[in-house]
Amino acid sequence: MSDSSCQVCRPSSVGKKVVMAITGLVLAGFVLGHMSGNLLMFKGPAAIDAYAAWLHANPLLLWTSRIVLLLSAAAHVWAGVTLTLENRAARDGGPSVDATRRATLGSRTMPYTGLVLLAFIVFHLLHYTFQAAALGGQKFDSVYRMVVTGFSSAPVSVFYVVSMLLLCLHLGHGFSSLFQTLGLRNERWRGRLDRLSLAYAWIVALGFVSIPVAVLAGILK
Amino acid sequence: MAADTPDRTLRLKLRVWRQRAGSPGAFEEHELAAVPVTASFLEMMDMLNEQLVRQGREAFAFDHDCREGICGMCSMTINGMPHGPIPGVTTCQLHMRNFRDGETITVEPWRARAFPVLKDLVVDRSGFDRVIQAGGFITVRTGSAPEANNTPVPKTVSDEAMDAAECIGCGACVASCKNGSAMLFVGAKVTHLSILPQGQPERERRALAMVKAMDEAGFGNCTNYGECQAHCPKSITLDVIARLNREYVRARVKEFFSTTGKPRKGGD
Repeated sequence: MSDSSCQVCRPSSVGKKVVMAITGLVLAGFVLGHMSGNLLMFKGPAAIDAYAAWLHANPLLLWTSRIVLLLSAAAHVWAGVTLTLENRAARDGGPSVDATRRATLGSRTMPYTGLVLLAFIVFHLLHYTFQAAALGGQKFDSVYRMVVTGFSSAPVSVFYVVSMLLLCLHLGHGFSSLFQTLGLRNERWRGRLDRLSLAYAWIVALGFVSIPVAVLAGILK
Repeated sequence: MAADTPDRTLRLKLRVWRQRAGSPGAFEEHELAAVPVTASFLEMMDMLNEQLVRQGREAFAFDHDCREGICGMCSMTINGMPHGPIPGVTTCQLHMRNFRDGETITVEPWRARAFPVLKDLVVDRSGFDRVIQAGGFITVRTGSAPEANNTPVPKTVSDEAMDAAECIGCGACVASCKNGSAMLFVGAKVTHLSILPQGQPERERRALAMVKAMDEAGFGNCTNYGECQAHCPKSITLDVIARLNREYVRARVKEFFSTTGKPRKGGD
């Protein structure tokens, strides 16, 4: 390991995996928090608007979170793309007959679900954070009104619901996988963590999905 | 299986990979009759080669040595599965009773960029040798054998080390991995040597050097599919990969905070 100067510019396979796992943990923690906050929609306009006002009243918390999330997302995408391209090259086509024994749908679709989620994040930020897309040019002071207006569009809601189901697939593999990558898993814990991962993924996804569905169903208006 | 008639035979259609180094390669189709169900897969390949020689054609090249499931030489991806359809079994210990009469069997080499085809079903697995050279050793005093009980090893530790040491280095983990990753192999070696007291002097250096050699050999990155464990003829588990990750991170952290900026080297 004499070329220690190049450890940062040419990280090892395990190094990139650790970046993937730690940033994944940050993002997985964030989506649970974000989803829990969103559920205040069901408590009425006052609750969610007060929550939004509280977040904006703490610029240090807000901007620290935003910077950490942005850096995590960027590193996660960079590691994911790099690892995927290297893996494609290393596989060299693979055998002529597919005989997958254990790899799950979620694990096999990670790069694809990841890229759709990246597109979703860009749209979501333009939609609700910057209020620059799919809101008919309106600007809202009330988060509640903004969300109800936004999800009143069926195509937008369908895109959100589909994206969150893909997030479920992504998290279902990723959450358990991050423990393996950080070396915190064994045969005894693998089954437990896989089940925990699945539960986590469904809780997050269904929590998010409930809001556009409730708007379209006329429960939130 | 035991109730099978030993003199039952099979007629098979074989699609076998034919390739010379440097050329693209393709499947060749052959029919083979009167294959005893008691034959091993390699004995069936011997029968095919004898038939080809009698016809004045070239035999298929394939790796084999001990034919008792411990040397790690035999390879072959059989119907897409390294070492064939029975879990925990090498190709040489796979018997033809596991195939149906009239079945078409596809036989191809390990497929991975780090394992280039030398000829037909033989691939170059020297990438594994380079990983072993990088750290698959311990420092010992040579000469007379040391007294066995000088270094106490807890039973649980020796069991775990022995489970990892079961790895025969065949490369089925790489061949089954959708990323062509060698993490199960490297994990098995690191686990085997790093948990025993005899492997402690090189512990950090080993983890770093073996991962570096693995990356340089062109193996892919683990994405936790679990295919390697499902295809490993010695049923090595993903535990060794988790341990490799842990050992690697531990070594990096120790290196980062060491006063010399270098990992502890074995024998230094």
